[in-house]
Amino acid sequence: MTSAGAPLGLRCNNLEKRFGNFMALRRISFEIVPGEAVALAGHNGSGKTTFLRIAAGLSRPTAGSLHVGSEDIITTAVRMRIGFVAHQTMLYDELTAEENLLLFARLQGIATAAQRASELLQETGLIDRRRSLVRTFSRGMRQRLTIARALLHAPALLLFDEPGTGLDAPGISWLAATLLRVRDAGCTILMSLHGQAELAAVATRAMRLEAGSLAADSSSGESIESVLRVRER
Amino acid sequence: MKRNVFALLVVLLLGWAAYASFFVAPTENTMGVIQRIFYLHMPSAIVAFCAFLTTFVANLLYVFRRQNRWDWLAVSSAEVGLAFITVVLITGPIWAHPVWGIWWTWDARLTSTFVLWLLYVSYLLLRTLIEDPHRRALASAVYGIFAFLDVPLVHMSIRWWRTQHPQPVLMGGPGTGLDSQMKIVLLYSFIALLSLMIFLVRQRYELEALRGQADALRREAEAA
Amino acid sequence: MSLLQTTATLFNKELRTELRSRELITTTIVFIVLVIVLFSFTFDPGSSESRRFGPGLLWLAFLFAASLMLQPCFLREQLNDTLSALRMASPDPFAIFLAKLAANTMFLLLTELMMLPVFAVLYNVPVWHVLPQLALVLFAGSVGICVAGTAVAAISAQARMRELLLPLLLLPLLTPVLIASTEATAALLADKPELRLDWLGFLAAFDLVFLTALWLFGEFLLEE
Repeated sequence: MTSAGAPLGLRCNNLEKRFGNFMALRRISFEIVPGEAVALAGHNGSGKTTFLRIAAGLSRPTAGSLHVGSEDIITTAVRMRIGFVAHQTMLYDELTAEENLLLFARLQGIATAAQRASELLQETGLIDRRRSLVRTFSRGMRQRLTIARALLHAPALLLFDEPGTGLDAPGISWLAATLLRVRDAGCTILMSLHGQAELAAVATRAMRLEAGSLAADSSSGESIESVLRVRER
Repeated sequence: MKRNVFALLVVLLLGWAAYASFFVAPTENTMGVIQRIFYLHMPSAIVAFCAFLTTFVANLLYVFRRQNRWDWLAVSSAEVGLAFITVVLITGPIWAHPVWGIWWTWDARLTSTFVLWLLYVSYLLLRTLIEDPHRRALASAVYGIFAFLDVPLVHMSIRWWRTQHPQPVLMGGPGTGLDSQMKIVLLYSFIALLSLMIFLVRQRYELEALRGQADALRREAEAA
Repeated sequence: MSLLQTTATLFNKELRTELRSRELITTTIVFIVLVIVLFSFTFDPGSSESRRFGPGLLWLAFLFAASLMLQPCFLREQLNDTLSALRMASPDPFAIFLAKLAANTMFLLLTELMMLPVFAVLYNVPVWHVLPQLALVLFAGSVGICVAGTAVAAISAQARMRELLLPLLLLPLLTPVLIASTEATAALLADKPELRLDWLGFLAAFDLVFLTALWLFGEFLLEE
């Protein structure tokens, strides 16, 4: 699962996002070096999801800027090199697992779409259910398929919003191993976590958001565990 | 101070236009006194169109510049335009009834005006149903653009339709001439109503701007 | 990936999802039949009145049916946030609209063609002899309905009361389509059938204007 190119870095500058009167992100600035695996911690409502959606190019900041690689995320097609796993599955319930992957593979211009889809179905252990409608999948299976979708085009930057949601213990182990492999193959990772130790172990750096501001960053000396306030599961 | 002077000017212009409509313009041959409502009816339609044109331009500017003031201008202009359109729709039947004996005739211009009214009511309704200010501004701007592009199409289709299914034409068709005195009074009326429109749009805009500023202050207080 | 290729892939997806659930087509058909039957209670469907009112009622039925059929257009994509996945994977956001527009037009056209024989039988209006021309008019009108409809579906998906809002926003915009389509259909169903190229040309112009507007402004409707 090698990257389609060099891993991408991320830089945000005075990034601000508000919804009506609510300030979701208050002028954050930081930089993620290409190849880093960053774990993002914070309570619900701290701004993790908002930040990830801006980084994925889905939401526009109200002030400030965010660059992925050297390009501004608002304007460009660098989004095509980003893989995103969100709160929702982003899958079509009325299509089969295979059809879902084929759809996104074709959209992204992957030449060997069918082959790639099969590869990922194999990796995620869903190959036996390839012809089943996603509607019939359990939450854990959907999460695995979502992750497969994000990895289809061998992205250079992976954005994960609580990727462990819906996964059981073996699922989390599998995800941790996958992330490790992806990281070592040359992909930058930014994932928001809710305290899963096994996933946190993949991280080379940790940050914590509180009420839309950056409250802690392990690159300034604090240990990763302390930043994440990891509790063993 | 400037605003009060302008307000006074508007009142004077309206007063003069009203006076002219009743006492300066000659009485029309066939329809009598009721025809004088024409001096309110037609300029209102033109002024309403100016207001909607302003909304259209403001919508475009918001979509491409994303500055709040264009959204404020768009909604202010649309509301005032709607008020003037309502005047057109009310004065039409008031005029028609004594002359034709019917309240409504699906006359081409009146029908187009009615559809215009529906379009801008929908625009304003859309705005009340989206809470997030940015989304509201963007979604309504795009709808406003579509609505304005629709206006000439509505006009054309209704006119063609009406030439094939003629109905009594209110206010005289395109061929009827206007006495030169009448034209002058029409002009006075137009200037008066246009200045009223500008005044009202400014008032409404300032209200919207105040709301926007209150929001900004609240945000700063939260951020601190 | 070119625009055409992306659109084709997405169009394929639209067809597949609809074929699996079959919600849209079945409910639309039932609705149109219902409307046609109910309308028949309001006048004497056997006589010459059928020819006069028939085309208008037919297109009204299509318009109402389309307002219902277009509801799930973007709401479906909100369910699992698949819209975000599409936005990230598609190089051109206009492809998303084109695909939906093509699919909606196809579903609507299919339903309309299936309804024609029902209409012909229930209202005693022969349609067989002008079927190709009628299909052309149905196509031109349906494209118009769906271009405006897809845009409005994207707009109303962002608001509250979206099921009620969609027809409210859409129907005034479609006044020109209703008029043009009805006139063209009536001309074809008259004693001396005539293909009104002027109304067809008008429909083509409407389609072009709104397609261009969708191309220019559609992507702003997908923004968060």
